[in-house]
Amino acid sequence: MSEPWAVQVKDLTRKFGDFTAVDHVSFKVKKGEIFGFLGANGAGKTTTIRMLCGLLLPTSGQATVGGFDVYSQPDLIKQNIGYMSQRFSLYEDLTVRENIEFYGGIYGLKRKQIRQKTDELLDYLHLTDRADTLTAQLPLGLKQRMALSTALLHDPEIIFLDEPTSGVDPESRRQFWLLIYELAARGKTIFVTTHFMDEAEYCQRISIMQNGKIIELDEPQKLKTKYQASTMQQVFLKAIGEIAQ
Amino acid sequence: MNRTFKSIVRKEFLHILRDYQTLIIIFIMPIIMLIMFGYAITLEMRHIEVAVVDHARTPQSRQLLSHLQSSDFFVIKAYDPPESQFESLLQKRQVRCIMVIPADFSLSLTGERFTPVQLLIDASDPNAANFIQNYFQKISALFNAENNPQFKFPFEIVPRFLFNPNLKSEYFFVPGLIAIIVLLISALLTSIAIVREKERGTFEQILVSPVHAYQIILGKVIPYIILGFVDSVIILLIGHFWFQVPVHGSILLLLATLILYLLTGLSFGLFVSTITDSQRTAMLIALLMTILPTILLSGFIFPVPSMPVIFQYISQIIPATHFLKIIRGILLKGIGLWELKAPILYLTLLSALMIGLSIKKFKVSLE
Amino acid sequence: MVPLTVENIKKSFDNVQALRGVNLQVEKGQIYGLIGPDGAGKTTLMRIVVTLLNADEGEIYFLGKPTKNNIGFVRANVGYMPQRFSLYPDLTVEENLRFFGDLFDVPQAVQTKRMEKLYQFSRLGPFKNRRADALSGGMKQKLALSCMLMHEPGVMVLDEPTYGVDPVSRAELWDILKQLASEGKSILVSTAYMDEAELCDQVGLIFKGKILASGKPTDLTQSLKRLIYLITTNNAHQLYLQLQTVFPAQDCNLFGNGVHLIDRKQLGLEQIKKTLLDRQIEFHDIQPIQPDIEDTFLELIHQREVPA
Ligand SMILES: Nc1ncnc2c1ncn2[C@@H]1O[C@H](COP(=O)(O)OP(=O)(O)OP(=O)(O)O)[C@@H](O)[C@H]1O
Ligand SMILES: [Mg+2]
Repeated sequence: MSEPWAVQVKDLTRKFGDFTAVDHVSFKVKKGEIFGFLGANGAGKTTTIRMLCGLLLPTSGQATVGGFDVYSQPDLIKQNIGYMSQRFSLYEDLTVRENIEFYGGIYGLKRKQIRQKTDELLDYLHLTDRADTLTAQLPLGLKQRMALSTALLHDPEIIFLDEPTSGVDPESRRQFWLLIYELAARGKTIFVTTHFMDEAEYCQRISIMQNGKIIELDEPQKLKTKYQASTMQQVFLKAIGEIAQ
Repeated sequence: MNRTFKSIVRKEFLHILRDYQTLIIIFIMPIIMLIMFGYAITLEMRHIEVAVVDHARTPQSRQLLSHLQSSDFFVIKAYDPPESQFESLLQKRQVRCIMVIPADFSLSLTGERFTPVQLLIDASDPNAANFIQNYFQKISALFNAENNPQFKFPFEIVPRFLFNPNLKSEYFFVPGLIAIIVLLISALLTSIAIVREKERGTFEQILVSPVHAYQIILGKVIPYIILGFVDSVIILLIGHFWFQVPVHGSILLLLATLILYLLTGLSFGLFVSTITDSQRTAMLIALLMTILPTILLSGFIFPVPSMPVIFQYISQIIPATHFLKIIRGILLKGIGLWELKAPILYLTLLSALMIGLSIKKFKVSLE
Repeated sequence: MVPLTVENIKKSFDNVQALRGVNLQVEKGQIYGLIGPDGAGKTTLMRIVVTLLNADEGEIYFLGKPTKNNIGFVRANVGYMPQRFSLYPDLTVEENLRFFGDLFDVPQAVQTKRMEKLYQFSRLGPFKNRRADALSGGMKQKLALSCMLMHEPGVMVLDEPTYGVDPVSRAELWDILKQLASEGKSILVSTAYMDEAELCDQVGLIFKGKILASGKPTDLTQSLKRLIYLITTNNAHQLYLQLQTVFPAQDCNLFGNGVHLIDRKQLGLEQIKKTLLDRQIEFHDIQPIQPDIEDTFLELIHQREVPA
């Protein structure tokens, strides 16, 4: 795995019936990069991520994740990625500790490892004294940080985050992004979708998707220059707006 | 990978424990059902079909028959059927009982001899059998009072119960209850447990981990095997100590076959969960595929031989029919493995088939 | 008559005090935005307003009547969109809309007209025959919101209506809300997007069950009374970490366009610049800016929270 790409996608397509949700999408994500995957609702972001995580089979096209092929090596992909789905990745009727232990368990961690990781994590999230409360009772921002941490228990190289900060307040979102930065600093590749345009600026490169196609892919600064905009919000409105007309 | 598996089992147990309402229902339901079947169910009966064989053909015997006919409790369906037909008459439920008046009936009425009028009662429905016997007793008392009040018991009806000689209805519904409750837990609850996870969206999270399909399936299923097993043992214990259901056969064999049957139920539950995406559908399909046929066609409520032929065939497909054969055989007749090889083999093959189908259909993706 | 008045509402669950005396008023034709950290009590307050929960203490007046003994009246005259509104997944987009229209007795012709308007903002028009469970997350949210907007009652209570909604649709949704307000509707809305808070007539910042500050967005931001500097650079995260070694952590906030630094000790531009240069902290530019709602939010929270 000496190649510089964590994710390589070429002409990836997914149809539901005769509706094309993802339409010949091509892009590459560098190792260690924070890659923002933006787009209008229903553009095909979640569908793309699901294909990359081995949850959905593509209709056509090629994709490799961590050097593994999505068609023939989904099991290898699964061992090397972390994934946080758009909604509910924790069990609300389990306690904080039970959730962490469960996810540690399904990734085959040893009991000692799990115990150690759990303590570390609880400490890191300042949850030690709430370890035995039901997850349902945690505020959303904390839940999301916890979900991210559980998705990292097996120390994956590539991390897919589908709208991790939706509905999260400004303060908690910042905490979440500090976590992301920290991961990136450790060389992890982050693939993240968001509808918060300030978060888009935290990414090294972003793509904007609309109607199953990627319509822009570049560094935030370059896109701002291209659209003569001062914020990503304006870039997004202009890019999507132009297509819509 | 053993650890992965353990943590799925553990998590599933936690879900069950957290949802204490369901848990309470699971343990209270069998007790309530036992009490309902044991005490509450009485059937009102009228126009019970009987066959009579009058070997005496005297005025007295005819008088007895007219007593019988004048109550609207009995309807005489057949006169003097040959003895060779007795069993099939009863089995096909053409009549519920057969009265045989001996040739020396009137003779013994005048003498002080014991006159046995024989009564063959189909006791596969013990409640009904009891009822029939009581009613005959009344008729004979009436008849004696009219004819020769000076003798206390000049003639007596001697009942013989076919198909369930001790007339214990518990003997019948305790195994039946186990058959139903095991299915309820193994088929219904497992299918819901899997589909619920699909609905909630947490399934997606498990599917992106390197867990194998069979680990997810087995991990989710094992807690329910244990739950169903404990529940069945509770019913057996109550059945044995409260309702005196005998255990003539091997307990080991009994428990082993119980687990086999649990597996069959689970395999159905799994199959249901692989073909549905909503809890509601899962529940209905599970009911339709497992619980309903078990209650109606396994011989739990309606005896198989009295069903229309087509249903008799269908009942042979239903796992509960075979399980009832096994468990009644072990409990009541004390028969062993060898005699039960056919139903055991059937259940084993069926489970293997269903589990194979489920694993094959189980989607490791979100298609 | 004020359409909605909340007076000193208190509510506890088990041993948690969710609301500790909340007061607010929504005037006619006004949009009142509730912002606050997760778990501050926004949803609880909204549920009490629409009579789904009972307050332990306090009084709410809905169109002049106390809600306590007018539950039926409130429910008939309020439009409420819960946080995780669930649709009928097996009905199509259009069937869902029609159902909610019928539920609130909206005449067919009006339904059709409203649907057209709602399709505009939601862009769900092309998908009107698709089942709701085949929609993307944001599309579901937009459909849920549209369902609620099928009837236009005098008072609306919307709990995070733009959860997971993309910027284009959010902008268009707010156009609709603005228009409804201009027609005289009163709207109580919670949101996690601070740019939306700026669009409200009134904003209340709720924290640990109490409203910390409220007022017009501009009043709120001016109440901050602190100078804020925007420092730009290539690597905002790097800068943010470095600044924290010099300034208190709660005075540095990461934003899309750079780091916002609160000049709590009133050092002044030159002094700050000098400090940065002394410490060899790299940056492009530093300039004073007007604080916005997000700055205000973060500052108010930081003042009250022991820094982690
Ligand atoms: N199972 C399915 N059957 C039919 N259509 C589907 C299915 N899943 C997704 N789609 C359609 O595919 C398109 C893309 O959906 P997707 O979830 O990828 O969007 P998204 O970019 O993640 O949107 P959002 O920002 O709202 O989450 C949508 O039009 C959606 O309705
Ligand atoms: Mg999505």
